[in-house]
Amino acid sequence: MARITAGVTTSHVPAIGAALDHGKSGDDYWKPVFDGYEWTKKWIARERPDVVVLVFNDHATSFSLEMIPTFAIGCADSFAPADEGFGPRPVPRVQGHSDLAWHLAESLIRDEFDITIMNKLDVDHGLTVPMSLMFGQPEAWPVKVIPVAVNVVQFPPPTGNRCYALGEAIRRAVLAYDEDLDVQVWGTGGMSHQLQGPRAGLINAEFDAAFLDRLTADPEALRKLPHIEYLREAGSEGIEMVMWLIMRGALGEDVKELYRFYHVPASNTAVGHLVLEPAQ
Amino acid sequence: MKDPELDDIPGTTVFTGEQSRKGFALNQFCMSLLKPENRERFKADESAYLDEWPLTPAQCQAVVDRDWNAAIAEGGNIYFLAKIFATDGTSFPAAVSTMVGMTAEEYVAMMIAGGRSPEGQRSIKEGR
Repeated sequence: MARITAGVTTSHVPAIGAALDHGKSGDDYWKPVFDGYEWTKKWIARERPDVVVLVFNDHATSFSLEMIPTFAIGCADSFAPADEGFGPRPVPRVQGHSDLAWHLAESLIRDEFDITIMNKLDVDHGLTVPMSLMFGQPEAWPVKVIPVAVNVVQFPPPTGNRCYALGEAIRRAVLAYDEDLDVQVWGTGGMSHQLQGPRAGLINAEFDAAFLDRLTADPEALRKLPHIEYLREAGSEGIEMVMWLIMRGALGEDVKELYRFYHVPASNTAVGHLVLEPAQ
Repeated sequence: MKDPELDDIPGTTVFTGEQSRKGFALNQFCMSLLKPENRERFKADESAYLDEWPLTPAQCQAVVDRDWNAAIAEGGNIYFLAKIFATDGTSFPAAVSTMVGMTAEEYVAMMIAGGRSPEGQRSIKEGR
């Protein structure tokens, strides 16, 4: 049977991808960011999952304002890196796991999560930057990926509570899949940042630290945090953090924190990263 | 669904349905710049390309001026507007700096120093 072996959260700042793609990861500005992922790169080389359910948001790339699914799942065999206005990132095509993805889609809908099925999805930095942070620059990605896209561009995004419940439903579906697979769930985006208006550049390290603490130890309280608190405390784009609750919901009640990293800044954003393991 | 709380955050425009309706054509124009051939046509003749879209004069002017605060007031969303500054070859921090009245260097220095503090930036009515 398939099992969920770990959860990872990370920011997915586009400039991190650009720094790596342009050979700047050793620069004074970028080295501390990439150093913060060295532990995880070694860990994931040992604990390599078969499949990653990668929760991310599209940044007006594959989804325009013509269609705005709140939750969508990529069921295709593979996903192309998207052109975000300066050509696609020079990273490998992302290989999907179509059979498990369809199983998830069908299970989730029966479980009353009306998720949108995507048979074509070009993936932007929201998905490819976390892959680069975990795996560097390989010829081919070493894991299969099931993209789960969450709307956080058009307000309102789903509530933290709904995201957590979706994570719980993903857990039920994975555990019911009749193949011996190690599955990780990643929640990406965040942490505090605001990209627009006179308040742009907002960073709230205190809020971010508390969020990381609560995500590990007290998700029941965190899932009730209203949108307005994210917006006020973590910036208008800090609302991306609701996606981390999908990862957390998928891990079960108790988790062990294996690793934590926090750094300011990457471009406009606070970088936060956790590796969690379900408690035995 | 009007939520007055969303208007209470200093220097922030939440991309609500109302903003989305106002900015639909502007944001769709931005999306068109994801295609390399459209980027080339826009760069070759901005006003001719803009004429193909049903933008308001204020939206058009905001694009021409690269005035991102004005574009947001007219319904633009930053993830969409980013296609314009990607086309221009302007970095995200450099574009953002213009919205906060700083030079790109000043803005990057503020971020390296820990970013903008949330103190006094959370609520207009509560002044916190």
